[in-house]
Amino acid sequence: MTFQDKASPILTIENLQVALPEGADRPFAVDDVSLTLRAGEILCIVGESGSGKSMSANAMMGLLPDLVVPSGGKIMFDGMDLLTLSNAERMEVRGKRIAMIFQEPMSALNPLMRVEDQIAEVFEAHGLLTPKERKARAVELLTEVGIPDPAKAATAYPFQLSGGQRQRVVIAMALALEPDVLIADEPTTALDVTTQAQILELIADLQKSHGMAVMFITHDFGVVAEIADRVAVMQFGKIVEQGTADDVLKNPTHDYTRKLLAAIPKLDPNAVFEPIKSKTILEVIALTKTYRSGGGLFGGPERVVHAVQDVNFRLGVGETLGVVGESGSGKSSVGRCLVRLQDPDSGSVLFAGDDMAKLSGENLRAARKSVQMIFQDPFSSLNPRTKVGKIISEGPIAHGVKPSVAYEKARELLELVGLDKSAFDRFPHEFSGGQRQRIGIARALALEPKVIIADEAVSALDVSIQAQVLDLLAELKERLNLSLVFITHDLRVAAKICDRIAVMQKGRVVELGPTQDVFNAPKSDYTRALIEAIPGRAQELEAAS
Amino acid sequence: MKDFWQRFKRNRGAVIGLIILALVILIAVFAPILFPQSPWKMVQRPFLPPFERDALLLGTDALGRNVMAGLAYGAQVSLIIGLISTVASLAIGIPLGAIAGYFGGFVDDALMRFTEFFQTVPNFALAIVLVAIFEPSVESIIGAIAIVSWPPVARLVRGEVLSLRSREYVEAAILSGQRNSTIILKQILPNTLSPIIVLASLMVATAILLESSLSFLGLGDPNLMSWGYMIGAARTVIRQAWWLSLFPGVAIILTVLSLNLIGEGLNDALNPRLSRKGK
Repeated sequence: MTFQDKASPILTIENLQVALPEGADRPFAVDDVSLTLRAGEILCIVGESGSGKSMSANAMMGLLPDLVVPSGGKIMFDGMDLLTLSNAERMEVRGKRIAMIFQEPMSALNPLMRVEDQIAEVFEAHGLLTPKERKARAVELLTEVGIPDPAKAATAYPFQLSGGQRQRVVIAMALALEPDVLIADEPTTALDVTTQAQILELIADLQKSHGMAVMFITHDFGVVAEIADRVAVMQFGKIVEQGTADDVLKNPTHDYTRKLLAAIPKLDPNAVFEPIKSKTILEVIALTKTYRSGGGLFGGPERVVHAVQDVNFRLGVGETLGVVGESGSGKSSVGRCLVRLQDPDSGSVLFAGDDMAKLSGENLRAARKSVQMIFQDPFSSLNPRTKVGKIISEGPIAHGVKPSVAYEKARELLELVGLDKSAFDRFPHEFSGGQRQRIGIARALALEPKVIIADEAVSALDVSIQAQVLDLLAELKERLNLSLVFITHDLRVAAKICDRIAVMQKGRVVELGPTQDVFNAPKSDYTRALIEAIPGRAQELEAAS
Repeated sequence: MKDFWQRFKRNRGAVIGLIILALVILIAVFAPILFPQSPWKMVQRPFLPPFERDALLLGTDALGRNVMAGLAYGAQVSLIIGLISTVASLAIGIPLGAIAGYFGGFVDDALMRFTEFFQTVPNFALAIVLVAIFEPSVESIIGAIAIVSWPPVARLVRGEVLSLRSREYVEAAILSGQRNSTIILKQILPNTLSPIIVLASLMVATAILLESSLSFLGLGDPNLMSWGYMIGAARTVIRQAWWLSLFPGVAIILTVLSLNLIGEGLNDALNPRLSRKGK
């Protein structure tokens, strides 16, 4: 690695412009972007989805999609313009001088190759080292990125590793050739919050020990607060604000940055939630669900996953109960068992005198009317070939409401969730993610339910949209006297909307209590670890005090 | 719809295929006007080579019948049999596949073993046996082709339904109290249309080939002039009268080729994400 003065720019983007194909929502994905990346610093590029943050990085690596081409500007690196390099020249730079970490560690690794072979491939591509040295180096690298038992991990296949370990492998591959610049495109977005904290720490450590320049692309201001030296905020392909992390986070000058920062759910240690003393509407007793796979005719060990184990809680009228936990904690399984999208193995779900867990046929159909669900993915939760109005009115019609009445109701519901009546005759693909989620809410409300189960209902949305949808949910809950079971992995969101929180780990509820108690005086170690891992928490508390 | 046409146009082969198919359809539709006389009628001396008389551009066959008229009427037979047998096999395959995929478990097992039973018997042999038992006629040929070609449809639809069944909008439909039949018909099947359309266009081509093969073996409808029959009848005189086998052969190749090209274009247009790079 070349030694460089800390202040000298190692990579400069000058007036970069990337054109989108005709018919896109704007002419340029990236418009007149200028950035400098200095050796030994972490530059965060922040923006919401579609702001062009990933496109800038992809232009650098020559990874733009087919119909998207750079149409102006320069990316200067070590005296070369990366945009004008031939493929062969670019191959030399890629991996060796500039490396990249991707968002989804599972799809960034070849599922059919052992970890050591994938790392060795990096050396092979550049014709370095002998096969034996490559393997030895692979183990060294895995040790450096802190994988437990590196020698064993080297011979493992990606599926045998956890998400965090996989991301460590991807980082090891990126580090293999000691690059000068590391581009990390949302490297922690797919990870759980505790794993995310570890990976952020690892990237920061490695950046210091190797003196690399890191370009870190993220949508999460919490992550920015944790890791960034400098920040560039992007909106609609343009950089709206640039500066040191402290300046941008504490004294934002641009309206958009202010709006984004304001939209982040705050962790307010002094917030007080009124305890709900209303009647119980839904009671869950000893709910248990176990998944079994494998076994079969020719034996083999059966795989047993205890997704939900002995879960108990009550939900009051007008209350919001948060169910939080990391992936695999069983929180979604609980939600699905409540509405019987999955059948629980044992236990009861008492609602209006019926045990929902044991109903079937017509009775179940009738009972489900009162317990509706809002889904996570606004893109797969609406039938792409059905008009919005039909989507909303399908439920009431199935329950015997006259179509004309149901359509009229659907129009009212669209207005209730803040959409125009004209949305009735349009197809879901004409709407943005946030609008689709509103349609999903309208659909859930169409049956006039008493309980709504929101399964990661805002996780797929940008932070400013997320805030709007959360406000809408809170308002509707108030107006219609709904009870909400809010399933989420995001503790900030839970802190904002929930009255009480149940923390789940490995299928069990490890802690259940009022929100401020859970946050301020967590009883279980696991809850404490989760809360401490919230990105940006330390900085926020420091600023608040 | 405009989008669809844009993407379809991008595949040049598909447009060529569409033009060829349009020509074949036109010829088939206007056959009775272009050639008012029956294609079975003797019009000239036998074995008149092609391009000698303007009225009989493609010559005559062993019994002095007009080859061009035979081709035009044969186009009718091929297209009708190709189309109807495909519709019939879709009518068997789609419901079976949808039910198997949606309900899963025992229903799925039972239906799929039933499907496999048909898949293990060689297609063409089964078609021959069926036509031979029921006497060659348009109906029996269509039936035979439909019976041997529905299993791939059932398999395809089952796979699609399996993947769509776990989509959130299907779960939302279950929660909103819609009945299974409504969910299958309104939520799931409309979203499986694209691959079914692509498969169907290719199945028409296969059905035309099957019909030609059956006719070639003398198992065609004896009252219909078909391309396969023309080749079959001409095979004994292939050395004296090459044109009798060549022209119907070319007709079959062009029609089947055009359908395959269209199928590929449809695939590009209906599944834009799967279309090949750089297009």
